[in-house]
Amino acid sequence: MQAEKVPFWLDPKKRAVIFQIAVLGIVGLLAYYLISNTIINLKRQAIATGFGFLDKESSFEIGESLISYSAASSYGRALIVGALNTLKVSFAGIVITLLLGTIVGVARLSGNWLVSKLSGIFIEVMQDIPILLQLFFWYAIFYESLPSPRQALSPIKGIFMCNRGIAFAVPEAHPAHKYMVLVFLAACVLSYFIRRWARRRQEKTGRLFPTFRVSISLIIGLPLVVWLAFGAPVKMNVPKLTGFNFVGGLTLSPEFCALLLGLILYTSAFVAEVVRAGIQAVSRGQKEAAMALGLKPSLVLNLVILPQSLRVIIPPLTSQMLNLTKNSSLAVAIGFPDFVSVANTTINQTGQSIEGVALIMALYLIFSLSTSAFMNWYNKRAALVER
Amino acid sequence: MKPPVTHVGVIGWVKGNLFNGTLNSILSIATLYLLWKVVPPLIRWAFIDSVWHTTGKACKPAAGACWSVITENVRFIIFGFYPYDSQWRPLVAMLVLFGLLFYSQNRKHWKKHLVYVWIAGLFTMGLLMKGGLFGLSPVESTKWSGLPLTLLLSVFGLTAAYPLGVILALGRRSKMPGVKWLSVTYIEMIRGVPLISLLFMSAIIFPLFLPEGVTINKILRAQIAIILFTAAYIAEVVRGGLQAISLGQYEAAESMGLNFYQTMRLIILPQALKIVIPPTVSILISAFKDTSLVVIIALWDLLKTTQSVLANPEWMGFSPEAYLFVALLYFAGCFSMSGYSRKLERELSAGEQQ
Repeated sequence: MQAEKVPFWLDPKKRAVIFQIAVLGIVGLLAYYLISNTIINLKRQAIATGFGFLDKESSFEIGESLISYSAASSYGRALIVGALNTLKVSFAGIVITLLLGTIVGVARLSGNWLVSKLSGIFIEVMQDIPILLQLFFWYAIFYESLPSPRQALSPIKGIFMCNRGIAFAVPEAHPAHKYMVLVFLAACVLSYFIRRWARRRQEKTGRLFPTFRVSISLIIGLPLVVWLAFGAPVKMNVPKLTGFNFVGGLTLSPEFCALLLGLILYTSAFVAEVVRAGIQAVSRGQKEAAMALGLKPSLVLNLVILPQSLRVIIPPLTSQMLNLTKNSSLAVAIGFPDFVSVANTTINQTGQSIEGVALIMALYLIFSLSTSAFMNWYNKRAALVER
Repeated sequence: MKPPVTHVGVIGWVKGNLFNGTLNSILSIATLYLLWKVVPPLIRWAFIDSVWHTTGKACKPAAGACWSVITENVRFIIFGFYPYDSQWRPLVAMLVLFGLLFYSQNRKHWKKHLVYVWIAGLFTMGLLMKGGLFGLSPVESTKWSGLPLTLLLSVFGLTAAYPLGVILALGRRSKMPGVKWLSVTYIEMIRGVPLISLLFMSAIIFPLFLPEGVTINKILRAQIAIILFTAAYIAEVVRGGLQAISLGQYEAAESMGLNFYQTMRLIILPQALKIVIPPTVSILISAFKDTSLVVIIALWDLLKTTQSVLANPEWMGFSPEAYLFVALLYFAGCFSMSGYSRKLERELSAGEQQ
């Protein structure tokens, strides 16, 4: 018996193929239309395409830079300076946001009514005001409301706040510092191996090793020993008012301060909510069960509570960190030379708008794709192994 | 027998909530001290020493806040360049919008007629803003500015992005590799880049996409960028809703002989979209906040009108006051929406548990 012949429009497989060809065709045609228009327009306006402009001299100054840069450097180098500034503000922002957000999140759950309500108000207010407005506000405070360098505020000795930014006293450069950093890194690596060894030993023999205390004392203690061995240099490089500005020490520009402060306050409100939800996600019974087994409070936290709440916390937390990085692009509005700001200047000078916007998108896509790659790796590692 | 006086009333509450344990007592005292240091000077600045109805010059010597920067310029901050005599029109349009939002808040009104009410409302708002009919003088969209523009960008942005987001979410869950690949690429690309890059694109590159002689005005271009951006986020939210629908629902629909469109329209989407209403409200909140970014491509939204007042030499230096006022407006909008979202979440989850 022969199977009945199905007309092709009733066969789901063939229909799917036709549908996909149609969709891709429409998208392709649209793309073709837009691209051909663009090419015609570019030709008409006599704009050369391509990334050749990256090697040309930029002829604009950048206020702050981590690497050497001058107006004689190329556009490519200017963009690298911008990217490094983006990384700088994001990195500082992420570290402080994690600290502040965790504190606020824990405070939200505090048994202390006052502390809990205050952090609730903080979270609600910060979340409900656009980040850009917050940046403008802080920039106005730094730029308009703080006094000139001559009348700089000095809340703590060695710190000066004025409308040119915040100047800190920093330890004067000394050869000891290099060795201290090296020893610090070595201590971190060492702690990692101690942790592995301790875990193996515990699996074999059941004996516990005070990993946390040992690693902390290594990480803090070893650089301290080096510092003492070099004769404990304590000389500080204190900023001094000379002329109209501070010289010496470390000065953070008002743009950087406003951007960092705005990003930190805005994002830490979201991080606090994430942390609160993560802590609440671990049921009370878990803690009670662990205590009933006779575990010490520190072990209850380390072995039972944290592993479970981190599983809930980490994914939304990474997306908040990514948001902070993306929001740092608003630096362009207050004049901090981040990547978007430098790219914008480049676009205005060279007219290479397509390449400029493409570079902005590419940089942020790299950030977000690498973050999501990390997330996938973490999720696979931390996923619940169910029966 | 009555409980001891230290366990009830005000003393009992203070003892139980502020001074239960050494650490909490220290925390409470430290917090109270901090509040004592911060709040009274702030109140003094904002209310007691403040100036309310003066010129900018009279403000300069005042020790407190200069709220005159708001009271004297409030109509420009809110309505921008909209013709002065016709500013009642955007005002009525905003009132219509608030009325619509208030009406839709009640779940009893979530029926088919709500769609028609919204279409009629949006049409009325458009007519009021644009004019040209019923004896209303036409107003160029280049003059739309201030709060109406902010609301317009966010409300139309979300309304137009929603259907696109649902289509993208369905595309992402499709079994056809071509469609799925396309949707995933779009969603991940858009979610990976900051909104500002899309706005730059709309401002600088978009004109290049169009054939010679065709131009689209700046507001519409920014609106398109916001729609494309929001759609990707809505798609992810809707995908969450789709994933929460059990496989049995699909199978049941299939065994009833429903085709894909019937299954989606009658069985899956009504359930999935109901689940995702609270996160959708969060997206509306972010869209409302995100519209402030159009300031960077020089659209005259609420933030830009405020800045232009501050650029006036008479009012220079009163930025904190002006920004606090704008922050208050945004806060009022976002706070009411997030409060509503929480209420809705409670109501819906209560419905699930029955």
